[in-house]
Amino acid sequence: MLDKKFRRQWPLHLMILPGVIIVLIYSYWPMVGIAMAFQKFVPFKGLFGSEWIGLDNFRYVFDLPETGQIIWNTVFIAFMKIIGGLIVPIVVSLLLNELRNELIKRGVQTLVYLPHFLSWVILGGIFIDILSPTSGIVNQVLGLFGIEPIFFLGSNKWFPYTLVITDIWKEFGFSTIVYLAALTSINPALYEAATVDGANRWKQTWHITLPGMLPIIILLATLSLGNVLNAGFDQVFNLYSPQVYESGDILDTFIYRIGMQGAQYGVATAIGLFKSIISFVFIVVSYSLASKFANYRIF
Amino acid sequence: MLHKPSLSRKIFLGFNYVILIGLGLLCFLPIVHILAVSLSSKWAATAGVVKLWPVDFTLASYQYVLNKPQFMVAMWITVQRVVLGTAISMLLTLLIAYPLSKEPKDFKFRTQYAWFFVFTTLFSGGLIPRYMTIRDTGLIDTLWALIIPGAVAVFNVILLLNFFRGLPKELEESCFIDGGGYITSLWNIYAPLSLPAMATVTLFTIVGQWNEWFDGLLLMNSPEKYPLSSYLQTIIVQTNLTNITADDAAALADVSNRTFKAAQIFIGSLPILLLYPFLQRFFVKGIVLGSVKE
Repeated sequence: MLDKKFRRQWPLHLMILPGVIIVLIYSYWPMVGIAMAFQKFVPFKGLFGSEWIGLDNFRYVFDLPETGQIIWNTVFIAFMKIIGGLIVPIVVSLLLNELRNELIKRGVQTLVYLPHFLSWVILGGIFIDILSPTSGIVNQVLGLFGIEPIFFLGSNKWFPYTLVITDIWKEFGFSTIVYLAALTSINPALYEAATVDGANRWKQTWHITLPGMLPIIILLATLSLGNVLNAGFDQVFNLYSPQVYESGDILDTFIYRIGMQGAQYGVATAIGLFKSIISFVFIVVSYSLASKFANYRIF
Repeated sequence: MLHKPSLSRKIFLGFNYVILIGLGLLCFLPIVHILAVSLSSKWAATAGVVKLWPVDFTLASYQYVLNKPQFMVAMWITVQRVVLGTAISMLLTLLIAYPLSKEPKDFKFRTQYAWFFVFTTLFSGGLIPRYMTIRDTGLIDTLWALIIPGAVAVFNVILLLNFFRGLPKELEESCFIDGGGYITSLWNIYAPLSLPAMATVTLFTIVGQWNEWFDGLLLMNSPEKYPLSSYLQTIIVQTNLTNITADDAAALADVSNRTFKAAQIFIGSLPILLLYPFLQRFFVKGIVLGSVKE
């Protein structure tokens, strides 16, 4: 019986095999490689020849003076991005929803999610140029209002906020479109009924539009929980410099510098493992919350 | 609307138009500004007089960039990775999504396979173990390093398998009655019917391949093997002036390479800008696709 069933299903196994092999090698074998977090890893000795040192790598990392600050930076930047990334698109989609001129509405929609498709290398280049304290156009415009040039990317006071604002700038268009898609599914009869009952636009927004968006808001909010330690490697790596390490260095950039530039493989893997485990817990919690409150299923 | 809009509503609508149009421009004007800088002369860019229109128009910086052999080499590597990477990734996506779209009664280990793939999005070995694995499989410094390790995009697989599930099962049953097997069914029924979904996923993959810069930086030991995005990263970003104080920067003649950087930024974003009308059309579709579940 099983044999017969397998014979009918073998083409399916065969189809999926190449993908399985690639994932096994490049996603699962690195999980075995996590073992080097507990080793004094030396590449030419390999995973099986390197010396085991228990938790020494972890002790070393947590004794470093900058580690606490880096964890704080990561959580602070990620948290502000999560909050801003939730609120801004909700407000923008509500405002867009009030527009009656279809041409302008479509035009604005088209413009706001263009940055989503550009990489942080390109956008990093653009922001380095326009935010420059000497020749940047942003400081020129601020100068018109009598504001002294601000060193957005070079001062520890401004850097984290610059990261958060530029990230929201890049990504808010994406969620805005998601919310607008949810708004189109609200039954127009509800608005007509509310108008007949004398509800003004503000009340309609509060009692019809927002509740209509609520499921998708809850979904995006819970799913974004999984990002508490993702402060955005691509962005930070392309915008930071040693003078803002104090306020802008995050776990991922720290791992890169220690591991790839400092060749302290075991130590970098240990920090990576620390991050992976905490992220894993948060993602699992967020997925279970999402499936509970928003009926979300991954597949 | 039954009533004439009140005065306060008119004021609100007026503000609303201004705010939203302003917001739209805010997302677009930085790119216009960079384009204007790239088309301006050195002195104009250095003096900071360029706003949204080129001052003292010249194509010098583009000539300079396009005549740099390293730029063209990097461009060629990127073209190869986009074409090969997208083709391989799409083929794998199709071959994984189809079996996973079956019910467990038709494909016994369907759920186990699905979790096998989804788990990789929840947990990973991290940067260093991944690097070591790619190194141990001998891909460092080859084009394949940019293609194979990331070829299975689980998000795309989920998108496509949800689309497959939405297709009527009767179509496939008729194929089986005609004596066809799973491979015939995938090739003759599922693949053609899912062309719109495939187009969406293909576009996203192309954009992803074009934009990806970190793997080149990580996996290529010599800069001559960098794809364009990694090369641009070293040119545009790594030599930035933010680690110099404002006074130093003003004194540096180096600022004149601002137009060269701007030209390279613009060339780097040009394919995305050209693809954008299509991206935009498929974008909402993609979101809807991802959310269609039975």
